[in-house]
Amino acid sequence: MKFDTVIMGGGLAGMVAGIALQQAGKNTAIVSMGQNALHFFSGTFESLQAPSERLAELFSAAGIRVHYRKGVRLMPLGTFKEAALSLDDIDLFPTPKFGRRVLIVNFLGYHDFFSSFLAEGLEKQGMECRIRFLSLPELDNAKAHGEMRSVQIARSMDRIWEKVAQEIRLLLKDEDTVILPQVFGLLDDTVPGRLRQAIPARVVFAGTMPPSVPGVRTQMQLRRRYELLGGTFLMGDQAIRAHEHDGVVHSIATHNLDAHYLEARNFILATGGLYSKGLVSNPFKITEPILDLDIDQPQDRNEWYNPTFAGEQPYMGYGVKTDEQLHAIKDGVAMQNVYAIGSILGNTRPELGSGAGLAINSAFAVVDQILRCTQNDNEEPATPVILSEAKNL
Amino acid sequence: MKLQEYTTSAHNFEECMKCTVCTAYCPVLQVNPLYPGPKQAGPDGERLRLKDPYFFNYALKYCLNCKRCEVACPSGVKVADLIQSARIKYDTHPPKLRDQILASTDFMGTLARPFAPIVNAVTDLGITKKVLDFSLDIDHRRTFPKYSGRSFESWLKRRSKEQAAFPEQVAYFHGCYVNYNYPQLGKDLVKVLNALGVGVQLLDKEKCCGIAMIANGMAREAAKHAQHNVEVLGKAVSRGLKVVTTSSTCTLTMRDEYPELLKVDNSAVRDSLLMATRFIYEKLEQGATLKFRADYHKKVAYHTPCHLEKLGWGVFSERLLRMIPGVEFTMLASNCCGMSGTYGFKKENYEASQAIGAPLFEQIKTLNPDVVACDCETCKWQIEMSTGYPVMNPISILAEALE
Repeated sequence: MKFDTVIMGGGLAGMVAGIALQQAGKNTAIVSMGQNALHFFSGTFESLQAPSERLAELFSAAGIRVHYRKGVRLMPLGTFKEAALSLDDIDLFPTPKFGRRVLIVNFLGYHDFFSSFLAEGLEKQGMECRIRFLSLPELDNAKAHGEMRSVQIARSMDRIWEKVAQEIRLLLKDEDTVILPQVFGLLDDTVPGRLRQAIPARVVFAGTMPPSVPGVRTQMQLRRRYELLGGTFLMGDQAIRAHEHDGVVHSIATHNLDAHYLEARNFILATGGLYSKGLVSNPFKITEPILDLDIDQPQDRNEWYNPTFAGEQPYMGYGVKTDEQLHAIKDGVAMQNVYAIGSILGNTRPELGSGAGLAINSAFAVVDQILRCTQNDNEEPATPVILSEAKNL
Repeated sequence: MKLQEYTTSAHNFEECMKCTVCTAYCPVLQVNPLYPGPKQAGPDGERLRLKDPYFFNYALKYCLNCKRCEVACPSGVKVADLIQSARIKYDTHPPKLRDQILASTDFMGTLARPFAPIVNAVTDLGITKKVLDFSLDIDHRRTFPKYSGRSFESWLKRRSKEQAAFPEQVAYFHGCYVNYNYPQLGKDLVKVLNALGVGVQLLDKEKCCGIAMIANGMAREAAKHAQHNVEVLGKAVSRGLKVVTTSSTCTLTMRDEYPELLKVDNSAVRDSLLMATRFIYEKLEQGATLKFRADYHKKVAYHTPCHLEKLGWGVFSERLLRMIPGVEFTMLASNCCGMSGTYGFKKENYEASQAIGAPLFEQIKTLNPDVVACDCETCKWQIEMSTGYPVMNPISILAEALE
């Protein structure tokens, strides 16, 4: 099969690149090995401090609603983090003290939402908290087999949110704020908004353990948008090998399509970091498994990690080397039609939540680069793009 | 030094990161409170079962083996294979009579075919359904597939000379469904391949791929079928032939379940075994052409069967259908229909089966297509019964649209 661009990796970076290229009239394919980091998405783009019109436009065309407000967001354990851009599900507050009296509501039997940690954190900010549990027969199924996860609850909530709102109205005393686990709006994204209107207090959704409900929904919306634009999404497949000639890749082989190669003019590597197997490690070194690209890493294995478990871990920063235009570098030479975007670039820090920002900015940068190259066809790309910005996020 | 990279277990359960992504995509977990879900049934359970088989949970039988957990897994863990292997290894109950009957698609087909009109009329009767429900726990609300009076094999055998005259040849693994129930699909394939200048041959006596046996606690019998099939496929492959199929589940079973679950080595034939849609697409890509009727018009909604999603080859069916000038194409959302072969026939699964398929049925009814396209026979039974819309294999739509 022939494409303009083949994107390896169907996470946020790959999806944004795919949608932007399809919008520009390009014919692309995305090869995605399983689901992606959007399933762990907090719902805020912490590292994007400026309002990104381009992102908002791309998202709103996919039906994803975001808003911009510089402030802080509530973390799952009751702490706060600075953020400016988030999905509409998640509130951004001017200051951590966003209410006076708070009612925290959880579902009986749901262990992936930490109500007492939340209460402790909020009390430190001077808020008064009360925790209550709702017992709903609709959730008995999930409770029975012990696999009561965010997504299972969310599937029921799409149907029974009105009943939940009613129960909460009965529980409410003099609280001005209600905190609920983020298990609303999986398939129907109007549910969080309608729930907010149905409860006579401010409703705040706080993060749960994965899968992230707004993340799963965002993933579904992006994929739908990509396919509507004519993109070919190969779910559950994995790029295993690239065929190159004189530093130019002309096709890749995938696990499922074996001898049926995917040919393209450009290739984007968005396969993620160590967690997503975009990079793999053995006891001696870290490698990039598809193209064997050059990787920033120290010689001595002892430097990979920090013995303080919760400290900053150097290995999390390792990524493939690129030039300023994000061309991937192999054996010291930049490959002219292979680009790297997202977590595979390294330098992401989970504790800073910088993954989403890096994914989006690097994806846009590479899309611009590819579009510019096709415009001038064989000419050299005009000016280097805004790469340093993306890398330092 | 024994390094972890060299000591990955058979279905790599130790690579599970406990991210729970699979639980979001398991269709059974949403509807059946008795099923522990792919994470617990698969990698979590495997850890315990290795310690002590006591931890084997009979609720694993509720797994559809749809493989959606594997398609979703970001770590490449073979979750469904773990579950099915555990059933093969630890489930010591002999299969019930009902399960043996449901699993023996070959045998039942051979028995029923000579009496097809009678069998079809009898299985359609309310009273028969009640009796089967009462005596065998086969749900009375099911519609049974019809048997054909003449097998596809005998139809093609009569045309073997005419087929041998084509410059290029392929072998066709037709499977039980085409042979006993619906020879028309096989005839449609012959029509399309002939139009491409390709003649169709039978294999040297294929047997049922064995998936229904795997699903019903008859793995030993399934392995015998697998060995036989690998052998006859091997004969065709050694003559330089590709082997095409029209059923996504037979294909997945012979390519992946044979080595993974039945430990039957298929490496000599695996790469030559292709869905016909992929074979045809590749021919067209190499420059062959098909001429379509100018007056053909059909609104087609395409459902990708779970096993085709796992194979990753839905794209070929989609592209072929989109290529037909008169086809107005819609891709249905990725959902399981709930049938999963013999699973939906069982009384204890009927409700769950219909609940799983509900979103798909609803989408089809909203779209109101002329026809639903799908590469799986059991999805076809389920969708036709539950929505009333006709379901056609993409190959049949191609054949119908040809000049």
